Amino acid sequence: MLSIKNLHASIEGTPILRGINLEVKPGEVHAIMGPNGSGKSTLASVLAGREEYEVTDGSVDFLGKDLLDLAPEDRAREGVFLAFQYPVEIPGVSSTNFLRTAVNQVREYRGLEPLDAVKFLSEMKEKMKLVEIDQKLLSRALNEGFSGGEKKRNEIFQMAMLEPKLSILDETDSGLDIDALRVVSNGVNKLKSNENATIVVTHYQRLLDYIVPDYVHVLYKGRIVKSGTKELALELEEKGYDWIKEEVDAAV
Amino acid sequence: MSKDNQILEEFTSKEYEHGWSVDMEVDEAPPGLNEEIIKWISAKKEEPQWLLDWRLKAFKTWSEMTEPEWANVTYPKIDLQALRYYSAPKKSKKPKSLDEIDPELLQIYERLGISLNEQKKLQGIAVDAVLDSVSVGTTFKDTLSKLGIIFCSFSEAVKEHPDLVKQYLGSVVPMTDNYYAALNSAVFSDGSFCYIPAGVRCPMELSTYFRINAANTGQFERTLIVAEDSSYVSYLEGCTAPQRDENQLHAAVVEIYAAKNAEVKYSTVQNWFPGDKNGKGGIYNFVTKRGICAGDNSKISWTQVETGSAVTWKYPSCILKGDNSVGEFYSVAVTNNYQQADTGTKMIHIGKNTKSRIVSKGISAGKSQNSYRGQVQVMKRATNARNFSQCDSLLMGDKCGAHTFPYIDIQNSSAKVEHEATTSKIGEDQLFYCNQRGISTEDAVALIVNGYAKEVLNQLPMEFAVEAQKLLALTLEGSVG
Ligand SMILES: Nc1ncnc2c1ncn2[C@@H]1O[C@H](COP(=O)(O)OP(=O)(O)OP(=O)(O)O)[C@@H](O)[C@H]1O
Ligand SMILES: [Mg+2]
Repeated sequence: MLSIKNLHASIEGTPILRGINLEVKPGEVHAIMGPNGSGKSTLASVLAGREEYEVTDGSVDFLGKDLLDLAPEDRAREGVFLAFQYPVEIPGVSSTNFLRTAVNQVREYRGLEPLDAVKFLSEMKEKMKLVEIDQKLLSRALNEGFSGGEKKRNEIFQMAMLEPKLSILDETDSGLDIDALRVVSNGVNKLKSNENATIVVTHYQRLLDYIVPDYVHVLYKGRIVKSGTKELALELEEKGYDWIKEEVDAAV
Repeated sequence: MSKDNQILEEFTSKEYEHGWSVDMEVDEAPPGLNEEIIKWISAKKEEPQWLLDWRLKAFKTWSEMTEPEWANVTYPKIDLQALRYYSAPKKSKKPKSLDEIDPELLQIYERLGISLNEQKKLQGIAVDAVLDSVSVGTTFKDTLSKLGIIFCSFSEAVKEHPDLVKQYLGSVVPMTDNYYAALNSAVFSDGSFCYIPAGVRCPMELSTYFRINAANTGQFERTLIVAEDSSYVSYLEGCTAPQRDENQLHAAVVEIYAAKNAEVKYSTVQNWFPGDKNGKGGIYNFVTKRGICAGDNSKISWTQVETGSAVTWKYPSCILKGDNSVGEFYSVAVTNNYQQADTGTKMIHIGKNTKSRIVSKGISAGKSQNSYRGQVQVMKRATNARNFSQCDSLLMGDKCGAHTFPYIDIQNSSAKVEHEATTSKIGEDQLFYCNQRGISTEDAVALIVNGYAKEVLNQLPMEFAVEAQKLLALTLEGSVG
């Protein structure tokens, strides 16, 4: 469903992604790991369409469409969802109001009737259970004054509401306490199907005990330098990144 | 160039929706301003001698004044001699009921989205509509008069309730107050008058719609609201004007008098033509609005949503004379393209335990300038006076400006005055976050701006809050992305 070929991207003239290749099929879970600053969030942002990044080479095909050609909101409407590493606050706008606008714009794009207030609220109730999020949190302004963990949980709640085809979770586990990690992972697992795919960006093997990846990739200096299965994550946990860095840097 | 700037470069302002005018036969004064014109207007309106004398005195006062220049706005001098000071749709006599109103007039209001008939039936809001200089009809008169409430055009009040008008006219905004108030006092054309007797709670929103239609006409309405002991009224004012290349002058005066335990809520949704996106045309809005909390425990609350006009100069104020009286000012002022707004409030604490609250939310886009100017004054005998001011500015792009001018003058040491101010930008992060959830940039701006202005919008009556929200979105349409 997602096919990234030789993707290069830079910001303000500095190359960050330097030839990414990645194939993601429906039903798969891919984990992306890598040292700080290696380009993981950049990859997520480029896929989501953040305009500060300039794509200098390569292509991204998403369900037969040229993803790079679409506006950010259309990528979202096509089914790309990004759970942000740092979700933003929007003062005065309740999560409920925000999500209703989002859900209905996505539905409109897909040729569906907008959800009326009653249907929307019952949909919300159902999804709230899935990620065990408190109603009180959703009546407050979006992310305003939310704790780090609450923000992350809210991201997954939004994902549940928007039912994306491809979800990219950028360090959703960081900031979650142990119980929250389990709840949120369960939520993600319940949303998994044969039709959608998930890319999880994480530093910790622990998350991968809950959300079991089919593939693990290591990103370093803007390239995927190693791919493997879940075992690779365990190996990284044990040995760190130095051995990979040495391998790569020696080859250059 | 950052993306913020780039998207703003692509700025295409949405054309002003109400920018049409209708050719009607009008009865108008020749251009110019002198004693003869004032006599002409007064005669046309069949006014009593005392009012003509009052106008002439105001004219004399005005002639000796100079135009103020302290506001943070610049505009070419207005040639007041080139304006007409009276323009009225021609008709043989005053309408006795709505059915007699010129259908062409009703059509104008229908195009504005305020059908008098519809309003009357559906919303239960009493409307007095002012076109150019005359008031064209007041709905719901009967229902109101059963309660002893008077809600009519100002001219009618002069005829039917001269004693009340004489007692309160100029009592809150004296003719000597300022240049534009003096001008208004000399040439005011029409407006609304509202009187709530003691102990009466007005059961519906009272509403005035102003519209400027004729070219080269100044509009000078006069609104007077008197709330007797323990009464309550909520009043709403809405405005539009046709799109013209030349600037039009609007200089209104609003006076509110609140007696003991009375409460008056005055809300404005101002949508005068702001000029085109190159800064051509638009209304000059120089308005004096003031209320006096004359009695103990009285309360006056101003709420304004200002989206229109090329230049706005406006400071709805409260004189807190009665002990324990309360003054409030809630404002959202949006400027886009080349608009300039200098607006704010004055809270004058005279009585004991008086309280005031100021919430001002400025939004600037394009090349506009948006200034908040507020004064909090605590007089000697105002023990335990309290004021809280919150002044926020939201900037869209880096070609616009936001300015805050708070003046604080305290003569009683028991006073507690707090002032908070913030300036923020619509962040690209916020917009991208919305986009990533499938929300278009246009709708994202509307969401963010409405969220920002929420505290003020919440003060508006429900149906107008919705209208105001749409207006905010419309004003800023195309301002990003
Ligand atoms: N505006 C910018 N100008 C120059 N370099 C930038 C800019 N923005 C980001 N970078 C750099 O791009 C690199 C990749 O950043 P990115 O956020 O993608 O890393 P990451 O892999 O997600 O790291 P982390 O694990 O810490 O989240 C970093 O070295 C960062 O400093
Ligand atoms: Mg990152």
